[in-house]
Amino acid sequence: MPKIKLAEKTIEVIREICAKFNNEEGELINVLHGVQDQLGYLPAEVQEVIANELNMSVAKVYGVVTFYSFFSMIPQGEHPISICMGTACYVRGSEQVLTEFKRQLKIEVGQTTADGRFSINCLRCVGACGLAPVVLVGDRVYGRVSPQQVNKIISEYQEGCPAEETKTV
Amino acid sequence: MEMIKLTIDKKPVVVKEGTTILKAAASIGIDIPTLCYMKLEDMNIENKPGGCRVCVVEVEGRRNLAPACATEVDEGMVVNTHSMRAVNARRTVVELILSDHPAECLTCAKSGKCDLQDMAQNLGIREIHYTGEQSTYREDTSPAIIRDIDKCILCRRCETMCNDTQTVGVLSTINRGFDAVVSPAFEMNLDHSVCTYCGQCVAVCPTAALTEVDQTGAVIRALSDPTKKVIVQTAPAVRAALGEEFGMEAGTLVTGKMVSALKDLGFDYVFDTDFAADLTIMEEGTELLGRLNKYLDGDKNVKLPILTSCCPAWVKFFEHQFPSMLDIPSTARSPQQMFGAIAKTYFADKMKVKREDLVVVSIMPCVAKKYESSRDEFKVNDNPDVDFAITTRELASLINLSNIDFNSLPNEDFDQPLGESSGAGVIFGTTGGVIEAAVRTAYELQTGKSLERLDFEELRGMEGLRKATIDFDGIPINIGIAHGLGNARKLLEEIQAGKSEFHAIEIMSCPGGCIGGGGQPYHHGDAEVLKKRQKAIYLEDKNKVIRKSHENPYIQKLYEEFLGEPMSDKAHHLLHTKYFDRS
Repeated sequence: MPKIKLAEKTIEVIREICAKFNNEEGELINVLHGVQDQLGYLPAEVQEVIANELNMSVAKVYGVVTFYSFFSMIPQGEHPISICMGTACYVRGSEQVLTEFKRQLKIEVGQTTADGRFSINCLRCVGACGLAPVVLVGDRVYGRVSPQQVNKIISEYQEGCPAEETKTV
Repeated sequence: MEMIKLTIDKKPVVVKEGTTILKAAASIGIDIPTLCYMKLEDMNIENKPGGCRVCVVEVEGRRNLAPACATEVDEGMVVNTHSMRAVNARRTVVELILSDHPAECLTCAKSGKCDLQDMAQNLGIREIHYTGEQSTYREDTSPAIIRDIDKCILCRRCETMCNDTQTVGVLSTINRGFDAVVSPAFEMNLDHSVCTYCGQCVAVCPTAALTEVDQTGAVIRALSDPTKKVIVQTAPAVRAALGEEFGMEAGTLVTGKMVSALKDLGFDYVFDTDFAADLTIMEEGTELLGRLNKYLDGDKNVKLPILTSCCPAWVKFFEHQFPSMLDIPSTARSPQQMFGAIAKTYFADKMKVKREDLVVVSIMPCVAKKYESSRDEFKVNDNPDVDFAITTRELASLINLSNIDFNSLPNEDFDQPLGESSGAGVIFGTTGGVIEAAVRTAYELQTGKSLERLDFEELRGMEGLRKATIDFDGIPINIGIAHGLGNARKLLEEIQAGKSEFHAIEIMSCPGGCIGGGGQPYHHGDAEVLKKRQKAIYLEDKNKVIRKSHENPYIQKLYEEFLGEPMSDKAHHLLHTKYFDRS
């Protein structure tokens, strides 16, 4: 098993999150959410610390991380792009939107661009089916996205932070 | 507790509330087919994921079929276990499993012993109506266990053994849907994980997804090489189980036939690991008394309890999980390794054979023994003390492929000088046996008195954790026994917390001890098989003329001619070992 090589500060962050959930094995999913929120992803070393803290096997932790598509072991880009593949978004063309993001950023789903600025993921329904197809960049929601608008969305983040609130470009 | 009345296949049955349909049916002799479900009765081992759906039955008034293993009975329930709807569903389920299973039965290691193959035969499946993608996954080979995950049917039995029974926690189901596989964390190979190679995953795997590394080919090559002297040792638990591979009732002792078969296979000498077990008692018993007497003299630095060290999976377990306690277990090597070290020095000298030309094979009930024999500290100039360790099952396969009719073989005796053993050496094969053997010798060496009774019933049994106090002529010696690594963990945590009341603890990794080892004939979830093997071991002990290790004349001769005395420098060099922090 690889030795844990994380910075003391990172380990402290993880321990605090585990402690917030009383180091209970049953809280694993909440702990994973909390840690991914803080660190952006869940590399092997992080999972080992969590396993230690919750007194469970790291294989079980890894089993949960790989079961849920929300959890990632690859560092997310600075601006993680999530394309909804739920039924409503899918029938309204989210796959073409995804293809366009992949083409423009030259990465596949689950990957991060070489400069670390963007990553692409798919998710299943964000509860905004009225806006289908929906794309999330970070916490911001873009509705009724067409492939033609992909370039504009990407360029917003290349120039700097976009305006707040939900956008319908 | 409330009793529930129901009807299964038109027969009335009354069972306790909370009973599953599967158990209720079993109580009136109805055997509902199962695949993923497994229970070792009275041993606190149960795998009940309700995943495979082979045990589905029809329950009147319910829309869907119910999995019998996971559905509790209700008052007035009417169950039909063999309605055509249930049978057809079962067949569909098995066909779907087969549609993602390699069709390699003809050459598969598990053919003839495979639960999936049996199920397909029993259900009369002659055609698979579904074709689709097949899972493909790399094969993972370690020194002891091979994972061929394409053959996994996700029953989770291995996961239950690895996590719940053994608390080792290597195996878990990972990924999702069609991509789901059972794997160590981060899909690392077994030999990079904390796997102890106890082999309990192999013992319960219904297919050939988990098997032992097959070394029969290497043994055949050695036996075919005229420049090699090939000798063999047989572990105690093998003789109580080997017969099962040839259709005999569990618990049939086949010691004489086994020796005969090994001679027919062409081994130059057939020796007994039980001899080395007696040797282990001389060393470990002396070490125990040494520590105990220091303690009784008031030395508070002495490490107690002493823990047995014959089980290689247990050794690897504490090296990974309790690295701060490496100085507590006895330093005595296991009987397999003591045998190897003596064979390649004392015996090789006697025979005037060079170490490199002597091949030592061991027949073990164990998968971890393969790993143990490959450890660097048990090699001299890269030549291992034990060249090949094969399982009881592999021996059966060697006998079969050589066309030896096992059942009609005569009884033969082990060769000398490494074939004589006491009853104490025999009982090493069951939980409680090592410590009983140690008590028989330690008591007499300590008190100078002869034991009036040799059967320490208080140390025997199948409970996972046991304790007893033995009176050493006025000194009460507290003894603990654990089998199954989960139970061992409890005793270790007590020691770590400074709360252990024991002077000596015996630990075996496998449920039941070596009789339930990962290399034994498959028990297919029947705990009775283990109990019968245990009885056979105690019967073999009772039938022995010599029942105490220190009275074995060949052991006495070995010390006179070669080793000097227990714990001598030479004994230390050849018969003791050290442990490594693997955390």
